[in-house]
Amino acid sequence: MAVAEKQQTVIGASVPRLDVREKVTGAAVYADDIQFGPGLLHCRVKRSPIPHGIIKRIDTSKAEKLPGVKVVVTGADFPDRIGLYLKDRHIFARDRVRFIGEPVAAVAAVTEEIAEKALELIEVEYEELPGVFDPVYGASPEAPLLHPELGTYEYPNFIFPKPGTNIANHFKIRKGDTEAAWPQCAAIVEHTFRIPHVQHVPIEPHVAVAKAEENGQVTLWASTQSPFAQRALIAKALHIPESKLRVIAPFVGGGFGCKAGVTMEAIPVAVALKLPGYPIKLRLTREEEFYTNFVRQGLVIKIKVGCDKDGNLLALENTMYWDGGAYTEYGVNVTRAGGYSSTGPYDIPNVKTDSMCVYTNHPVGGAYRGFGMAELHTGIDQAMDMLAEKIGMDRVEFFKKNCIRGGDVLATGMVIHDVGIEDCIDAVARDLNWGVKEKPSGPNKVRGKGIALAWKAPAMPPNAGSSAIVKLNADGTVDVSVGGQEIGQGTFTVMAQIAAETLGVPYENVRVTGPIDTRYSPYEWQTVASRLTWSMGNAVRNAALDARQKVLNVVAEAWQQDPKELDIKNGYVISYRTEDTMPLKDVVVYGIPKPNDQGWIGGPIVGTGSFMPTYVTGLDPETGQGDRAVVHYTTGAQGVDLEVDLETGQITILKAVSAFDVGKAINPELVKQQMEGGMVQGLSSALFEECKLEKGVMRNPSFVDYRIATAIDVPPIMDTFIIEHAQDDGPFGARGIGEHPLVPSIAAVASALHDALGIRITNPPFSAEKVYLALVEAGLAK
Amino acid sequence: MGYHRITLTVNGVMELVDVPSNMTLLQMLREKLGLTGTKNGCASGECGACTVMLNGEPVNSCMVLAVECDGADVVTVEGLAKNGQLDPLQEAIIETGGVQCGFCTPGILISSRALLNRKPKPTEFEIREAISGNLCRCTGYNRIVEAVKKVAGTE
Repeated sequence: MAVAEKQQTVIGASVPRLDVREKVTGAAVYADDIQFGPGLLHCRVKRSPIPHGIIKRIDTSKAEKLPGVKVVVTGADFPDRIGLYLKDRHIFARDRVRFIGEPVAAVAAVTEEIAEKALELIEVEYEELPGVFDPVYGASPEAPLLHPELGTYEYPNFIFPKPGTNIANHFKIRKGDTEAAWPQCAAIVEHTFRIPHVQHVPIEPHVAVAKAEENGQVTLWASTQSPFAQRALIAKALHIPESKLRVIAPFVGGGFGCKAGVTMEAIPVAVALKLPGYPIKLRLTREEEFYTNFVRQGLVIKIKVGCDKDGNLLALENTMYWDGGAYTEYGVNVTRAGGYSSTGPYDIPNVKTDSMCVYTNHPVGGAYRGFGMAELHTGIDQAMDMLAEKIGMDRVEFFKKNCIRGGDVLATGMVIHDVGIEDCIDAVARDLNWGVKEKPSGPNKVRGKGIALAWKAPAMPPNAGSSAIVKLNADGTVDVSVGGQEIGQGTFTVMAQIAAETLGVPYENVRVTGPIDTRYSPYEWQTVASRLTWSMGNAVRNAALDARQKVLNVVAEAWQQDPKELDIKNGYVISYRTEDTMPLKDVVVYGIPKPNDQGWIGGPIVGTGSFMPTYVTGLDPETGQGDRAVVHYTTGAQGVDLEVDLETGQITILKAVSAFDVGKAINPELVKQQMEGGMVQGLSSALFEECKLEKGVMRNPSFVDYRIATAIDVPPIMDTFIIEHAQDDGPFGARGIGEHPLVPSIAAVASALHDALGIRITNPPFSAEKVYLALVEAGLAK
Repeated sequence: MGYHRITLTVNGVMELVDVPSNMTLLQMLREKLGLTGTKNGCASGECGACTVMLNGEPVNSCMVLAVECDGADVVTVEGLAKNGQLDPLQEAIIETGGVQCGFCTPGILISSRALLNRKPKPTEFEIREAISGNLCRCTGYNRIVEAVKKVAGTE
């Protein structure tokens, strides 16, 4: 181990992505590209047109008679519930529908056109019920009950549903005494923020193809972040023995959380079970992608926060109403993450948090890059900005005074590890020329700067595990098998770097085998939570160490030396004692002949490794207190310099800056790419994005009406800084960075907007229209 | 539904294809010719993932009927590399790190290649404008713009 640590060559090197040549030549295979031949059937889904109602009658007989239709299924065929945490949903609605777009029936036909036509022939009669379209109302006793059976659902022990209400999870923190603290505060800010639903918008829509065989084997090909979780959940809900469901997962054309858990993938599997022998393909239209898929749930966040006359934070009350939607695949755990992280990266002695996941008749809340943290920070960081202003302190000074430091006790009772957030604040402030007022580019324009902080822990069950296989080939190359998915973040590249470094082979000799296939790939919980570099990286490192030791043992026996005297460097086994060398290819498959034709030593070398955190503890349901709520936090800061056109309300972001403490950047360029891409996604949500929901109807389900940032909208200057305070249990000290860069963006823009205009506009998106109307109201524009 | 026999050149190769009247160029490329490098992101001309060059001009292939392409010259992402040699634009986007999930990449490459063919030294704004119809959710775009500048020699 000590020897392996010494030879750091490819860790911290920005080697090119493993998958890039395939991707620039069009050779990379995505789920929609797999060819299934003439037997392929096309699946379309009949969906609920109403937000809430009882299904009185479904008649599929006309659809079944349409030539070209092979099978029609409804909820009557599939009685069991499905769900990642709280099992509260059916694959097809059975007695009740709870959101517009909820699957009610599905058709498989020889063409998509015939399948579409068949949907029109399915008759569904509903009795419409009053709906819930606001989480605060939904949590009140007046609201109609959306899940009367809540008390009967299965759920894990860290979720706290309240049967008889619409509250699917209620997470609490009670630390210190907020009531006693308020009188000691020199300044208090109280504000309610509303953050709208947004969509993930991967450029690749969801695609899933399923085929059942006569022998009971079922295969699912899907664009997915979660092949193993999908196998487990779908198998259970459809009574398929888990090992008989095989999920094959090629490259994913963007995930951002929407291809995690089970979204639509159970539908073609359910259909396939009724029609063995045929591959059944469901590909969502862009419109379905917008209005039927998991969303980033909306949030109403009420914050009361106070500090003493020197700006030291004393108390926080944070009440969050998450708009969980009709079902809670992820919503209950977003609520929990929002709860245990509800202070943001600030050291606050007295905390009272109530984080509630509320059922509504909106689309299902899913995992979205940041997992609640962007929404939380949109509230908490704006409140901090207001409090700094109220107490008369510079925001950067205020943030630095109050940000967490290694050894602090968090609101849950966990002691935080070494964090580099102060370095991140300094890097951003310096790069932004903090404190210097910039000149606007013309009359009727104003400039402003803003800064916001971020923290996020991997939000996952305490025992989410990883595993890896490192296999050496006869030509000296290495195949690394993992179950975590390449969704664009570059994880295959990083895993190859970790394997190469640990084994002592050139990076170019390492391949990460895809597609992920639950039959052949080792287990991985899910590609979510920015956990792969850390968790799967540890598994790969352990597998590579295992392979390395096996090689050294074989060579040591052949050379009659102590394995401790040997090392592997650049693909060669070397002896520090005798300076003997042997290329790996001469050892790793065929073994080494003993002298004088007296037999052989060794054999094919395969290393295995796994990793699972074992130290995360439960939290008290009433106080949220426990020894260790999470594995670790990644922290950072972001700032923007922007200009507002007073005549139009349009915001132009001139420069955006990010700094994050990633522990150790295995591949610095990939880290910077995550920071830039995440920042743009965050800025896009700050300026443009919102699912316009009216009584459960999404009014903007297209790229024309739901705008995301284009090449013209992004800041021409994006600076990124890598801060490295090592993670004690990360591979080479690394921790995750995938989600974090979009967490502070909305609050950073809001802060800059206030700096520019002197007025506060607190609820995103900060569209030109919204800004202009606020300017008119404030008398700044006419 | 009527079928039509059309001939066209795709990536320098003459193709003879029977297509239904309502088949789009995108469907023809993916389903009839097996050229799956061109992606389907919205099927309504809004995301640019299906961009190909049609007689030298970048078009959303989901908005063009295959029958309209009788006699046309089409270049897809598969046609950019020649004899295993990547197009300088492909080399550049690898170098600048303008690829993440890769789903928008084929369309981005075609839009940028068409721009450079038309105007070898575009301004930064012209580059951004040329790819403004190609949505990307991963990269934040600037590294893509850098790649085009690199090929143009204007970085």
